[in-house]
Amino acid sequence: MGKFVKITMCLAFAGILSANAFAAGSGVGLDSARNDPDDKASLQRGARNFMNYCSGCHSAKYVRYNRISSGLDLSEAQVMENLMFNAERSFETIQSSMPIADAMRWFGQAPPDMSLMARSKGTDYIYNFLRGFYLDPDSPTGVDNLYLAGTSMPHVLWELQGFQRAVFVEGESKAEGEVFQGFDHATTGTMSADEFDVFVRDTVNFLEYISEPIRSTRRALGVWVLAFLAFFLVLAWLLEKEIWKDIPK
Amino acid sequence: MARIESEIGAPQGGLMKWIDDRFPFTKTMQKHVTEYYASKNFNFWYVFGVLSMVVLVIQFASGIFLTMNYKPDAAQAFASVEYIMRDVEWGWLIRYMHSTGASFFFIVVFLHMFRAMLYGSYRAPRELVWIIGMMIFFVLMAEAFAGYLLPWGQMSYWGAQVIISLFGAIPFIGEALVEIIRGDYSISDITLNRFFALHVIVLPLALIVLVFVHIVALHEVGSSNPDGIEIKDKKGPDGIPLDGVAFHPYHTAKDLVAIVIFLMLFSAVMFFAPDMGGYFLEYANFEPANITSTPEHIAPVWYFTPFYAMLRAVPNKLWGAVLMAAAVMLPVFLPWLDRSRVSSIRYRGWIYKLALTLFVISFISLGWLGVQPAEEIYVLWARIFAVVYFAFFLLMPYYTTIDKTKPVPDRVVYHG
Amino acid sequence: MTDDVDHKRRHFLAVATAVTGGAGIAMVAIPFLASLKPSARAQALGAPVEVPIGSLEPGEMIRVIWRGRLVFILRRDEEMLARLKKTSDFLRDPNSEVIEQQPAYVTNEYRSVKPEYLVLEGSCTHLGCAPIAQFEVGPAEDWFGGFYCPCHGSRFDFAGRVYKGVPAPTNLRVPPHRFLQDNVILLGVDPSGAA
Repeated sequence: MGKFVKITMCLAFAGILSANAFAAGSGVGLDSARNDPDDKASLQRGARNFMNYCSGCHSAKYVRYNRISSGLDLSEAQVMENLMFNAERSFETIQSSMPIADAMRWFGQAPPDMSLMARSKGTDYIYNFLRGFYLDPDSPTGVDNLYLAGTSMPHVLWELQGFQRAVFVEGESKAEGEVFQGFDHATTGTMSADEFDVFVRDTVNFLEYISEPIRSTRRALGVWVLAFLAFFLVLAWLLEKEIWKDIPK
Repeated sequence: MARIESEIGAPQGGLMKWIDDRFPFTKTMQKHVTEYYASKNFNFWYVFGVLSMVVLVIQFASGIFLTMNYKPDAAQAFASVEYIMRDVEWGWLIRYMHSTGASFFFIVVFLHMFRAMLYGSYRAPRELVWIIGMMIFFVLMAEAFAGYLLPWGQMSYWGAQVIISLFGAIPFIGEALVEIIRGDYSISDITLNRFFALHVIVLPLALIVLVFVHIVALHEVGSSNPDGIEIKDKKGPDGIPLDGVAFHPYHTAKDLVAIVIFLMLFSAVMFFAPDMGGYFLEYANFEPANITSTPEHIAPVWYFTPFYAMLRAVPNKLWGAVLMAAAVMLPVFLPWLDRSRVSSIRYRGWIYKLALTLFVISFISLGWLGVQPAEEIYVLWARIFAVVYFAFFLLMPYYTTIDKTKPVPDRVVYHG
Repeated sequence: MTDDVDHKRRHFLAVATAVTGGAGIAMVAIPFLASLKPSARAQALGAPVEVPIGSLEPGEMIRVIWRGRLVFILRRDEEMLARLKKTSDFLRDPNSEVIEQQPAYVTNEYRSVKPEYLVLEGSCTHLGCAPIAQFEVGPAEDWFGGFYCPCHGSRFDFAGRVYKGVPAPTNLRVPPHRFLQDNVILLGVDPSGAA
């Protein structure tokens, strides 16, 4: 009978594991970011993107430049020349130059720090957010975002993506309200849609990296630890069998 | 049939004799390790006591090293956790060990308690072992709750806000009590500091004392076994139970295998999925606490959710809290609620087996429901399962009496 | 019944398991012990410090902090340098033979890279108090100016060398330093090509 209970428990446990603790936020579905955290070239491009387009407003205050150089296979000189704009020593952290008081006045809130954004909101959300700006004449920044309505962030990447309009249609029921149908092209940027997707994917990849720089080390070490424990298990199991030979059933 | 005799005889001379003349070292080793006899037919379910101790050690070791770098100050706590994760050498490993350990502690303890329900380990003469164990469970819940505030993330802050305000439901003393717990008019740096003291000193001390007492009580009456019989009833001419084997080396060897397997599972999670899909490290907690903005879903950590679901099932603040408290306390009375002639599920009838199965389903379902948003359909099911949960205990005197049991064997039996 | 226990096998397995387990515990201990080392933040905060000395007059001393420690930079004038020769007989270690107290490149008679600029850690080698500047000669016959520690009376000359008969056992430490330019000292880094 213990078996019956065990099976029930296993099924219940499996049912729970498959339920995701992650809330999707808005009702609109999320495209998968499909970034590869082990792709160093993508991470390097993402670092470049972040420092050039994001770090003006967004700090990453828990991230040191020398960490980026060791994790992304960049030399300190490369990091200093290409990625450090308002810092002098490589052990410094990524700070934005925007004074917080001014940010509060201009945007209504300080641009959030990016060190852990990929861990709290997830790469899929950020990937879609950065591609989800659309023209909105009523907004002070001239745009709104499909994934964070009323955002005070302007469409920083407009030169690359161009501008788009969001098309809403009447929902099937009154309760549904307006339903998002798709984006309409408004102006063209310097990148095609695919190129822009890669740009955003690289940036999100970098954000995932800085949210947990130790990730690849931890996974590599885990393999060794499990291998050691497997070896230890064999010895312990043989010892147990040997010792229990004494005891008749 | 060869048995390893106790390898530690009384020392005749040297350092060990000097110690033994002044301290009951050899005596204690004999009484509690090499000449403590436990049943030879322990199965998989009997492993979780030792595993609980292993997790306790893991939490102590990782916790001590975390306190060397953590700052219990509302302005610095969150940053100090990131400091540990990024700047302290191997800090990330110590942090993940502690967060993984917290969740594994509850997995192991739940399974340990479940074993007692399977084999009647709480029955006479082991009622006190069970009661002390329940006290360990209460202290563990307080310890986990206090610890969860320390990272000072969004979930830390708002989860604490919700749970502490529950105490405000108590009539007359509620509001004053809440203020005393918080030390301030709202959850603040002051609360954080005292929860740090609770988590690092007060509750761990209580845990150590209770675990020690738990084992002393157990050794006084002897361990149970999967057949629910008393091995001390059948002793050999040397006074040793016929079905007993010395704890060392037999159970130590067996437990070592279990410990290694456990460490493999633990390491797999720690190295490959420390977040565990947001259940072990909640995503919202990677944002620093913001007292002006509550996250969309506040749920306590997964190991509190079964009880939380029951709380939410009642549309009244006070009675919800009372129900939740009752749900946690009710298992204490199992030794007296269970009127069956037999202790082990192996010899019980179909009624108890059904009841236990329903209990497990409802407990797990309540856990799942506790994570969901508070919508109609979920509240309805939480009510249904809460009724099942309570029925399991409250109806037990009745259904264990009428349940048809099988005859219990004389000597222990090995089961497939 | 015959004793059919294979003791050799049992012993081998027990030892093998114990050794492996011990190795496992030792390996787990490593990260914990390593976490006690200075963290990345400590190393960042302990980074070399640049000190501009262009405005220092002869005879003037400044105090700076490097790695949380007090450092004196004294621009010795002609007289101070001359008085260095008078103290040799009264000193415990006039030739800086205790090598832990200064880098190899300052084991000259001035205990400095350039004769004018003395760089010392302001920490008495007895128990760590901060010595006070006492640059006047006398009243004691053997005192020609230098540093005096108020805690237990240890005395050091104008090169930070310790007197005999005082509690402090060794000369004041000279931290690693180099001259970036004539008027900038970098504390914490040896001169390039230095031994």
